[in-house]
Amino acid sequence: MTLEFRSVDSLMTGSPKVACVEIGGIPIALSTSDDGFLDLLRRRYDGFLSSSTPEFELAFDLAATGSDPDAEVRVRRDNNDGDWILERGDFQARWDPRTGRGRVRQNSNPYSLDSVLRIVHSLVLAERGGLLLHAASATCDGRAYLFSGVSGAGKTTMTRLAPAGITLLTDEISYLRPAAAGYAAFGTPFAGELARSGENCSAPVAALFFLEQGPENRIDELPEAEALRRLMRNILFFAQDKGLVEKLFATACDFVSRVPIRRLTFYPDARVWDLVRNFGRNFDRNSDRGFDSNVAPTIPEVPQHV
Amino acid sequence: MSEDSVYIARSSAIAARALAGEMMVMNSADSTFFTLNEVATAIFQAADGHTPLRQIVRERICEQFDVDPEQAQADAEQFVTELSSHGILLVSNQPLAQETR
Repeated sequence: MTLEFRSVDSLMTGSPKVACVEIGGIPIALSTSDDGFLDLLRRRYDGFLSSSTPEFELAFDLAATGSDPDAEVRVRRDNNDGDWILERGDFQARWDPRTGRGRVRQNSNPYSLDSVLRIVHSLVLAERGGLLLHAASATCDGRAYLFSGVSGAGKTTMTRLAPAGITLLTDEISYLRPAAAGYAAFGTPFAGELARSGENCSAPVAALFFLEQGPENRIDELPEAEALRRLMRNILFFAQDKGLVEKLFATACDFVSRVPIRRLTFYPDARVWDLVRNFGRNFDRNSDRGFDSNVAPTIPEVPQHV
Repeated sequence: MSEDSVYIARSSAIAARALAGEMMVMNSADSTFFTLNEVATAIFQAADGHTPLRQIVRERICEQFDVDPEQAQADAEQFVTELSSHGILLVSNQPLAQETR
């Protein structure tokens, strides 16, 4: 991978420089005329810099903005021209999905940069049948395993316990796209508690585990409806857009039907990875993608935001 | 919701999928997500806009599930009120056309 510089006169005046960052096989050109910000881009996305032709372009205008990354994210379409408008306390952005070009106004905070990229990827993925999932993921023996769950369930712990031979894709945000035999997971530079970027590689998803810590290591079936419920709770999607939300829901249903989803109770030591690897091997041998249909009835639940 | 003739229809702003006896419903306008149990699913599926809720309860609930009619009616009204407050169901004292997209 090499960093590519080129001018994008259509986007900015002056002499902007461009870093093309390719995550999940989707190259996005990030342009700025600020050398310091460009250095920050290069360092932050080292390993994801690409010489591919960008599919999308984001021009960054550095400005004094609010600095509250915990403020509510608002992602909506402009009714007049169909542009996406992305807003949070620390950034404002406008992105035209038809031309693939957008402009971002933010300060030089790298967390703001990460957030804008995540939102744009979530919009692109929703259109293409993929999704971002609040989950750690790693590859082993050519398969990808996803680990999701409530905060504190053990996502970061699972990545810390990974023995040699396990490649970390992410400890925070899993990047999923449809593939020939189900779904593929891609590495991302979006780090969580581990503060470590994932590797820029991908593998077919062998399983999604919802984590719970307990006194022993065990894997249990999850009824399909419960699996979908949990999946929906952990999808990262920010836009209030009827069409995209419907696509995302269809993707989640498809994911549940094509990827084994289980409950993984684990005692936090490295032996849990033996269980995970054996599950993958046995699953390949048996090719059993069925689900338990024993579903406990529920009331209309408290709504969950995507 | 004590009127004899209450009509219910499914909103067009939803996506729904039946999985293993449960109905998963998403309101695509605000991304809220609901799971309906078997009884609630029967009401949801019968919400055609022109069958009164009382008739739905009598024919779809009391005949299929072993429940007290008065209790079933009260539960159904509560369920309809909750889903209508979230934009999943439309409620009227007159027959409704199903919303078209």
